[in-house]
Amino acid sequence: MSDEDRQPEGGDPRNDERGAKRPASDTDASVEYDSDVEAAIRGDHPALITYITAGDPSLEDTKASVEALDRGGSDLIELGLPFSEPIAEGSTIQAAINRALEAGTTPAGFFELVDDLETDAPLLVMTYYNMILQFGDEPDVRPFVERAAEAGLSGIIVPDLPAEEADPLREACDDNGLDLVFIIAPTTEGERLDTIMSQVSGFAYVQARLGTTGARANVSSATHDSLARLSEYDVPKAVGFGVSEGDHAAEIIEAGADGVIVGSALVDIIASSRTPEEAVDALEAKARELKRGARRGATDVAADAAEDPPETEHP
Amino acid sequence: MSTEREHDGESEPGRTGTFGDYGGQYVPEALMPALQELEDAYERYVLENEDGFMDEFRERLRDFGGRPTPLQRADRLSERYDREIYLKREDLVHGGAHKLNNALGQVLLAKYMGKERIIAETGAGQHGTATAMAAAHLDMPCEIYMGRTDVNRQRPNVYRMRMNGAEVNPVEAGSGTLKEAINETMRDWATTVERTHYVIGSVVGPHPFPQMVRDFQAVIGDEARKQIREKAGRLPDSVVACAGGGSNTMGTFHAFVPDDEVDLYAVEAGGSSLEIDEDEGLAPNSATLSTGTDGVLHGAMTKLLQSGDGQIMESHSVSAGLDYAGVGPELSHLVETSRVTPASVDDEDALNGFHRLSRLEGIIPALESSHALGYLEEAHENLGDIVVVNVSGRGDKDLETVLEETEKRDLEAAPEVEVFDQ
Ligand SMILES: Cc1ncc(COP(=O)(O)O)c(C=O)c1O
Repeated sequence: MSDEDRQPEGGDPRNDERGAKRPASDTDASVEYDSDVEAAIRGDHPALITYITAGDPSLEDTKASVEALDRGGSDLIELGLPFSEPIAEGSTIQAAINRALEAGTTPAGFFELVDDLETDAPLLVMTYYNMILQFGDEPDVRPFVERAAEAGLSGIIVPDLPAEEADPLREACDDNGLDLVFIIAPTTEGERLDTIMSQVSGFAYVQARLGTTGARANVSSATHDSLARLSEYDVPKAVGFGVSEGDHAAEIIEAGADGVIVGSALVDIIASSRTPEEAVDALEAKARELKRGARRGATDVAADAAEDPPETEHP
Repeated sequence: MSTEREHDGESEPGRTGTFGDYGGQYVPEALMPALQELEDAYERYVLENEDGFMDEFRERLRDFGGRPTPLQRADRLSERYDREIYLKREDLVHGGAHKLNNALGQVLLAKYMGKERIIAETGAGQHGTATAMAAAHLDMPCEIYMGRTDVNRQRPNVYRMRMNGAEVNPVEAGSGTLKEAINETMRDWATTVERTHYVIGSVVGPHPFPQMVRDFQAVIGDEARKQIREKAGRLPDSVVACAGGGSNTMGTFHAFVPDDEVDLYAVEAGGSSLEIDEDEGLAPNSATLSTGTDGVLHGAMTKLLQSGDGQIMESHSVSAGLDYAGVGPELSHLVETSRVTPASVDDEDALNGFHRLSRLEGIIPALESSHALGYLEEAHENLGDIVVVNVSGRGDKDLETVLEETEKRDLEAAPEVEVFDQ
């Protein structure tokens, strides 16, 4: 994909500003990306984006888990900052959030973990709006965003913040060089879709199916419909909600996505492992399986478009 | 009461569905088109009476719901407090609480919108019961989510819902009360949004719910305002209503908000104490308006019981219908602008209020409403000569709880408990 024509016609003047404001990434000398998130998703195409809940079962374990996911080939890693009312999550992540809260996970502890992490993959925080608002002394989004930038986070995803309510957070993110990722649902269509796609930064998080997060046995047909609807927008698209296996990843990439997002399947591994070591090994292996699946999906696509040759697994 | 009011006399939400700093639409993207669809339907059918929606709604409220409810002068309370006490008898609405006003409105609206399925959350079971009744009446399939604790303490209502053909889904998460039931209903809605309408049970949630639910409940205050003029010849000095989410509160207050000479009191559940336990994430009360801080929960910016980090507290009240860590955004706004005075009454005084009304007036009130009656006992000297108290529901559903809680205490207004044991 070329980077110049990423906006559909017209576009929001805000976008020019957005693009101009961001420092160009240095991951690929030949192409300039708007942010390191975009570089990650477009660079080592197709991208694997992994999610786990910070503090599940403890912040120390999370550090080891994140490093395992990084080694396993994640191109971006989302860290969940637990909120007590996770209305967008299914039972798997809801339970992880409860474990993390019981372990005493706080925003302060979360940021200390991020301060400590050194990963190749850029890190995003996924949390609910109230957690962002309450970080400072008064309800205000800025202190959270500033602390996130200081800790080295690259972006924010907020499942209960639709574009309509996002102006304050978007401005704070712009001022601090963070991406604000928006979710595109199967119900997002028409003008709404245009508006949101013109405001997306980093990538569009394409929700594979209606409902909540949670590993599923197959890829929903809603995924194919959504990707078809989105094909005219030259914005990186990553598909999440329900993805759990390498074969799903292959199917989703083949259907036109730039990346796959996997959460519940990894959280399941953490929940069912008997020891931290077992969890770390299994997470790394799962990430490899998913990344391999994604590359397999890209092989077929690449057969038509020779510019994106398949690569082999790096050790 | 304070004379300094910045309040502008009306509180229509602005373009984005806000009341001052409160309200809004903080929901997953999947729900946004449904909220837009609902807002359109609300504007057309409710505000503009398209296809005679409001005419049908009023007729069903009358014939099925039993409206208008009386505004009754409470003779013995008037004598006790040495002023005119009037009770707005929402306990006489079909189903036994004001909740039917809203449930009937929303189920009918869902029908006009062509939705095929109704879901709802419930705390006390009163809203679930009202929704199940409205759904049976209008022939719509219906599922109700209810916290496990509430299922256990409100068994009569669980049976009533099932008798009316609704499925009741117990929610095991957290403390098993209203907050968890709302989370679970939102998850269902996010999965089935294209054909399902979520009947939110109070003036909470994302726009347009707070405004729409208030409009369906405004019939309470509209009637009361007319009735008090007929009976007392003038407007009351004060209006008192209990507040959980705040639907009977806003319904009762709405008509009086522009009447600056009428003082409005929202009485919340003080539980066992107004202190909070930050470490345990526990508020032994549900006094959000009195002690809460601004934040976002269940789709709206409003006052909340939350920790400094933004985690929502488990709330408490002896009455399931008030046991909620949030409150409607319009009420938050009216409190912030000093138009409404927040107050709280603890579990014990609410139980006394329950027994007192039962004995003095022959009306067994809901435990929720008993908080308003507890406040009357405590604050009547400041309420002026004419007071309207909303009796939001009847207490039949609460008898098990009341017996159990009364046995534990030495209540001044309670009859001897042994009488019941023989
Ligand atoms: C009789 C009664 N009153 C009051 C309430 C509290 O709700 P709201 O504050 O929305 O009126 C309930 C809730 O179930 C109720 O059943």
